[in-house]
Amino acid sequence: MAERQWRSIDIATNEIREYASKVGIETAWDRLEAQEPQCGFGKLGICCRNCLMGPCRIDPFGDGAREGICGATADTIVARNLLKHICAGSAAHSDHGREVIHALLLAAEGKSEAYKIRGRSKLYALADEFGIARDGRSDEAIAKDLALLLLGEFGRQEGTLLNLARAPEQQRKNWEAVGACPRGIDREIVTALHTTTVGVDNDPEHILMTCARAALADGWGGSMIASDVSDVLFGEPQPLRSRVNLGVLKEDEVNILVHGHEPTLSDVIVAAASDPELLALASAKGAKGINLAGICCTANEILMRHGVPIAGNFLQQELAVATGAVEVMLIDVQCVFPALAELQSCFHTKVVSTSPKARFPGAVHIEFHEDAAYETAKEIIRVAIENYPNRDRAKVKIPRVEEKLVAGFTTEVVHRILGGRYRPSYRPLNDGIQAGRLRGVAGVVGCNNPRFPVDNCHVELVKELIRNEVLVVQTGCSAIACAKAGLLTPEAAMKFAGKGLQEICRAVGIPPVLHVGSCVDNSRILTACAEMVKEGGIGTSFDKLPVAGAAPEWMSEKAIAIGMYFVASGIFVVIGQPLPVQGSPMVTEFLTKTMEKQFGATWAFEADPIKAARLMIDHIDRKRRELGLPGPMYEVPYAPKTAEEEPRARPEVLEAVGAGR
Amino acid sequence: MKRIVADPRKCLACRGCELACAMAHASTDDLARMIAEQASKPRIYIESAGGLAVPLQCRHCDDAPCVRVCPTSALSRQGPTAPVRSDQTKCIGCAFCVEACPFGVIRLAAARGSAVLGNGKVVLKCDLCETRVAQGLAPACVAACPVSALRFEDVDQGAKNARVRTAMAALAGFADGRE
Repeated sequence: MAERQWRSIDIATNEIREYASKVGIETAWDRLEAQEPQCGFGKLGICCRNCLMGPCRIDPFGDGAREGICGATADTIVARNLLKHICAGSAAHSDHGREVIHALLLAAEGKSEAYKIRGRSKLYALADEFGIARDGRSDEAIAKDLALLLLGEFGRQEGTLLNLARAPEQQRKNWEAVGACPRGIDREIVTALHTTTVGVDNDPEHILMTCARAALADGWGGSMIASDVSDVLFGEPQPLRSRVNLGVLKEDEVNILVHGHEPTLSDVIVAAASDPELLALASAKGAKGINLAGICCTANEILMRHGVPIAGNFLQQELAVATGAVEVMLIDVQCVFPALAELQSCFHTKVVSTSPKARFPGAVHIEFHEDAAYETAKEIIRVAIENYPNRDRAKVKIPRVEEKLVAGFTTEVVHRILGGRYRPSYRPLNDGIQAGRLRGVAGVVGCNNPRFPVDNCHVELVKELIRNEVLVVQTGCSAIACAKAGLLTPEAAMKFAGKGLQEICRAVGIPPVLHVGSCVDNSRILTACAEMVKEGGIGTSFDKLPVAGAAPEWMSEKAIAIGMYFVASGIFVVIGQPLPVQGSPMVTEFLTKTMEKQFGATWAFEADPIKAARLMIDHIDRKRRELGLPGPMYEVPYAPKTAEEEPRARPEVLEAVGAGR
Repeated sequence: MKRIVADPRKCLACRGCELACAMAHASTDDLARMIAEQASKPRIYIESAGGLAVPLQCRHCDDAPCVRVCPTSALSRQGPTAPVRSDQTKCIGCAFCVEACPFGVIRLAAARGSAVLGNGKVVLKCDLCETRVAQGLAPACVAACPVSALRFEDVDQGAKNARVRTAMAALAGFADGRE
C-alpha cells in the first residue's frame, strides 16, 4: 500500500509496521489492501440481508431496483441497518456494565476474595442518589442493594431509566417531547431488533427515533452503570501519571499485555502481578520482574485506577506482538483482532482468551469467572512466566518510544480540582467559559481505522481545538493517540494551547486534554455536562452548552451508539468517515439537519481533522452567541503552532498535578 | 488489442464493477456525491441468465455496427486496434447505435457537456478506461472485481491460455488412461 496512506505521526507505529512488512508479517493494512475496493453498497447502507427473500440491494443510479422484494425503500433499509449497528453498540457497552455489576454482587456477598469495595465515597453517593438506606449498614449490604437495583435497570419493564434523573430538567422535557426516554436497557435493544425484522417498522423517521432511544439506553444506561459500578468496585480514579507507547515493554522482564475492554479480570491481574510467589517464579526463569501494560480500553481502565502504562491503541495490537517481547497477550472482549492468534506462529507470544463469550481459534483459552478471579489471574501470569525463556532475543524489537501522560479525570475529580477539596465546584469552569477565557469544551473519542493514518486525525483535531481555547476531554483509543503525541501532559498547555486555556491549565494544574477513561466512560462526559448545566449560566439543557464531540477515526458499531447518544442528548458530533447512510438522502438529511429540531443537535461527517475542528469551533461559537456570551478573550492567530516550537513548561505546573503516584 | 474478458462462473453479482465504472467516469471521487450526479452511470451491466450473473460491456468490435450507423461520427475509432470511442458533444441522441449493438451495451443517458439541449440524452458506453490504461492501470471494473471474474487481457493471449489449459487436460487424460 502506498506509504502516505498509512504513515503515522507515531514513530513507534511506523517502525514496527515497517519491520513487520519487511519480514512478511501480515497486518491490518495488508488485509485492508486485499479488501479494496470495498463494497459501495455496504458503504452507502443500501444492502438488506434482514430476510432470505433477499439479499436485496437498491440501485444507487436509480435505473434498477428502487425497492427490496418486500417493498422497503432505500430510506427504510438504510435506517434499519443503522438501527442494527446501534443495537450492537449499545449491547456491547451494556453487557460490559452487567459483568461489572455481577462482580460487585460477588464482593457484596463476600463470595470473592479478589473483589472488594474500593470506592466507598462513590458507593455512598450512589446509595443516596437512589434512596438506598445506609444508616448503620455495612458497605457490603449497601453495595448488594445497589447491585440488585442496577441489575434491575437491564430488565426494567415499567417507567424509564433511573439515571435520566441526572440530566437537567429541561433536557428530560426535551426527550419526553419526542418520546426518546429509554425504558429498560435490554428492552430497548430487544424491541429495536424486533422492529428491524422483515415487515415491522418501515417508516424511516420512526426507525431513526428508535435509534436515538436505543443509543440513549447505552449512554444513560449500560455505559453509565459500567462506569459507576467500576468506580465503586475498583476505586474512583484520581489524577495520576503514567507512560504510553510500545517503549513501555521491557527487554528483561516478563511482558504481559491486557487487551480488550472489561476491567473485571485485568484489575485482578494488576494485583496478582505483584504476588511474591509469581515474582519469585519470574526471577527463577531469569526475568527481572513482571511488566504489565495494556492495549485499548482494558488498558484505559487499569491506567485510570492503577497507573498501569499503555502499550498502544487499537491498531497497535498486532504491532505490540510483533515486537517479539510479549509473553502473553490477555484478551477479553471487543476490538480484539482474530488475526492475533495467527501471529503466534511467528512469535513466542501466547494469546490467552478469557471471556466465556469470546473465543479465538488458535488462542489458548483460560476461561475467567468472577468467583475464581485471583486464581485465574495467577494462572495466566504463570503461563506468561513459563513462556519467558521461549522469547527469541534475535527477534526482539522494542521501539525506544514512550511518552508521559496524566490520566484519571472524572466528573467528580473535576469538581475537586476546580473548586478545591473544601468547596468542590464546576463554578471556575463555567466562569472560564462565560468570561471567554475558555471557548467551550469538546469530547474527542473513538477508534483507529486503517483507512486513516494511525492517530493523525485525533492529534491534529485536538491540537487545533486546544489552540482555539477549547478544553478537550478524551476516552478510548483517541485518548491513547493524543497521549502518545504528548498532549496529555500539563506541559502541552504551554506548547499547544491558546492563551486563555493556558491560564486555566496553569491555575488549576491540569493538561489541556483530560483523559476520562475507557469508552464506557464517555458517560462521564454526559454527567460532566449535567454538572455544567447545574452550575448555571450557560444553558438549561445540553443543546444550549458551548460543547461539541468528535470521533475522527471511528470504525466500531459502539462508536455509532456513542455518537447517537451524544447527538440525542443535544451535543453536536463530527465523525471522520460518514455513517453508512448516504444511500438515502432522506436519512442523511435527518441525521445532519432534521435532528436539530427534535434533539437540538446533529451529526456531521468530515474526514479532514482541521475542517472538523472548524465545524466544532463554529458550533461552539454559535452556542456562545445564543447564550449572549462574549467572544474569546484572546484572539487566536490563524496559523497553527507547530510541535517544533520551543516548549515553555514550568516546573511549578508539573508539581501542581501533585496527585501522581 | 487487450479486451475486458468476463468469466460468468466466477461472477457473484456484487455489482462492484458497476460502481467502480461510474466512479471512474465521475467528476468527483466521493461515492455519495457521485451517485447524486445525473451523468454518472455505469457502462458495464450485470445480467442474470440461468442462475449465473454475466458481466457485459462494449466488445469494441472490429467491424462495429454502432460506428457504421452513427450519422454524426459521435462513435468512431482512431485505428484498427483502438477502442470504439464515443463523443457526447457530437451525439444527437438518435439511438441508432443502441438498436444496432448486438450486445445491448450502449445506452442513452444524461449528458455531461453535450450539445444536446434540455433533458436530451446522449450515448454512454465503455471507453475501455483509456485514461487509466494509459497510466498503466487496469480498467476500473477489472480492478474492482473482488473475485477476478473480470480480466483485462489480449484476446490472442487468452486463446493461447485456453489452448494450454486444454493441452494440459488432454495430457492428464493420456497419463491416466494408458501405460
